[in-house]
Amino acid sequence: MIATEDLSKRFPRVTALDRLTVDIGPGVTGLVGANGAGKSTLIKILLGLSPASEGRAQVLGLDVATRGSAIRERVGYMPEHDCLPPDVSATEFVVHMARMSGLPPTAARERTADTLRHVGLYEERYRPIGGYSTGMKQRVKLAQALVHDPQLVFLDEPTNGLDPVGRDEMLGLIRRIHSDFGISVLVTSHLLGELERTCDHVVVIDGGRLLRSSSTTDFTQTTTTLAIEVTDSDTHPDGIRAVREALHARGVTTHDDGGGLPGAGRTLLLTAQGEETYDLVRDVIADLGLGLVRMEQHRHHISEVFRSSDEHRKEAVGHGG
Amino acid sequence: MAAEHPAPVAAGDQTRIHDIGYRGYDGPRLGRAYARRSLFAHSLRGAYGLGRSTKSKVLPMLLFVVMCVPAAIMVAVAVTTKMKHLPVDYTRYAIIMQAVISLYVASQAPQAVSRDLRFKTVPLYFSRPIETADYVRAKYAALASALFLLTATPLVVLYAGALLAELDFTDQTEGFAQGLVSVALLSLLFAGIGLVIASVTPRRGFGIAAVIAVLTISYGAVSTVQAIAYNQDAAGAIAWLGLFSPITLVDGVQSAFLGASSAFPGGEGPSHAQGAVFVLVALGLIAACYGLLVRRYRKAGL
Repeated sequence: MIATEDLSKRFPRVTALDRLTVDIGPGVTGLVGANGAGKSTLIKILLGLSPASEGRAQVLGLDVATRGSAIRERVGYMPEHDCLPPDVSATEFVVHMARMSGLPPTAARERTADTLRHVGLYEERYRPIGGYSTGMKQRVKLAQALVHDPQLVFLDEPTNGLDPVGRDEMLGLIRRIHSDFGISVLVTSHLLGELERTCDHVVVIDGGRLLRSSSTTDFTQTTTTLAIEVTDSDTHPDGIRAVREALHARGVTTHDDGGGLPGAGRTLLLTAQGEETYDLVRDVIADLGLGLVRMEQHRHHISEVFRSSDEHRKEAVGHGG
Repeated sequence: MAAEHPAPVAAGDQTRIHDIGYRGYDGPRLGRAYARRSLFAHSLRGAYGLGRSTKSKVLPMLLFVVMCVPAAIMVAVAVTTKMKHLPVDYTRYAIIMQAVISLYVASQAPQAVSRDLRFKTVPLYFSRPIETADYVRAKYAALASALFLLTATPLVVLYAGALLAELDFTDQTEGFAQGLVSVALLSLLFAGIGLVIASVTPRRGFGIAAVIAVLTISYGAVSTVQAIAYNQDAAGAIAWLGLFSPITLVDGVQSAFLGASSAFPGGEGPSHAQGAVFVLVALGLIAACYGLLVRRYRKAGL
């Protein structure tokens, strides 16, 4: 879908991208980086709107330097910032944008109705956008990016400004863009947890350089580690310790702590061998007379990637200087 | 498409919305030229408030009516009183109505470009097949066409009236054609100036004020200095001074080449040689406006 080779972008004062080489296949790909890491610059170059200082990039097999217009016909873009005029309705706006993508008038209207329905806008689509909530506006922005049925869509921080429920809905929608609509997605975020839940593949960039590119399963190693939290009781003032000892007695090894995450010490981690481990844990806790607060599959967080890469960089700096 | 509709459902179940799933689009994609035309049509309609709220239709429509009513009245008078000539030349009409035209440019130029800047819609356009120059051309052409409609319609009314009053056909047709050329030039010039000023600011209010200021102050200054020159018997300077405001520039061009009588003090219009300079300046200004707009939008990208 996207391939870059030694892609660099230098502005007079900063280097936004520094010899970035990535290869992104179909599916949902997360582009992670702190603010100013070069995410938006990369998208601009991939849309053929800003020439790269060095290197090459291809989108859908088309060179960004020469085939920008052809790429933009097949690619959708949802910007990070507000981009909607308040005094027109979502329908009028999206129809106009569909025509700007080259759809004939009738097709533009049909696709608009379809797309707005798919992103979850119904009756309100006839009202002026000015009266919409942030969540609805994000949906309109998404709809205008999808209305011409692109092969690939760039979503720049689509969950920005949304409350947790809105965030979940948007992430679900992003997932569906690929699974139901068959459109590949490149989604940027500075929140790693979100992408972990949504993406097949994550590319981490920092300071314009590639830190890591791999599939989310590599990142988070979904070995079924169970996280358990229990209540304390009078007989067992430290419930977790009691459970740990009881499990040890049954031959189940537990990990020491919650990996330095919040709630560490209150959480017990253990490797599940299969269904019977769940039953065993349940029985042990019931026998001890404790309450089970939470038992869930625990994943390593992508944030750990950042932590380890920071260490790498410190090492590199140490070696260099 | 009919095949995709769900099969008839039992009564009582009809209010359910059926998710018929996602349908791709395999139809034609008409590309850049089509997108540019669509943007042109959209902006032209927008310049008269069509496809926008009722509130935004009021002013452009009102100004359009105000432009046409005097022409209609003149025609009515000319027909009923069996005049030998129309009370106003075709080329003179726009000069007389310049305040209305300026007001129209001031209100619609910001509408055409400031909105996109203010609401940051511009990046959405440039993430589509069109390029910077396409956007600028579509917007420029749309506003110039809107202005041409505004200025040429009263001329059509006058011409129709003149024919009804059975005035000399060749005379009237020649005057009408000259009038059309003159308002076409005026439309291009005013649209360019209006758009350049409006594209600098995302704030509509500033845009309106700035366009009005540039058009009226330049005219006021030029005609004042021309009047002084006239009183000082410096008649030679009067014509040259006309170069410095858009409306007097158009006046100069049409009095040199389009058979118009100049509205300058003492009717001191430019000679043919001077007129050539006027034409060059006018065309140069139009080109400069276009160039500035393209430059402006090259930076306004994402």
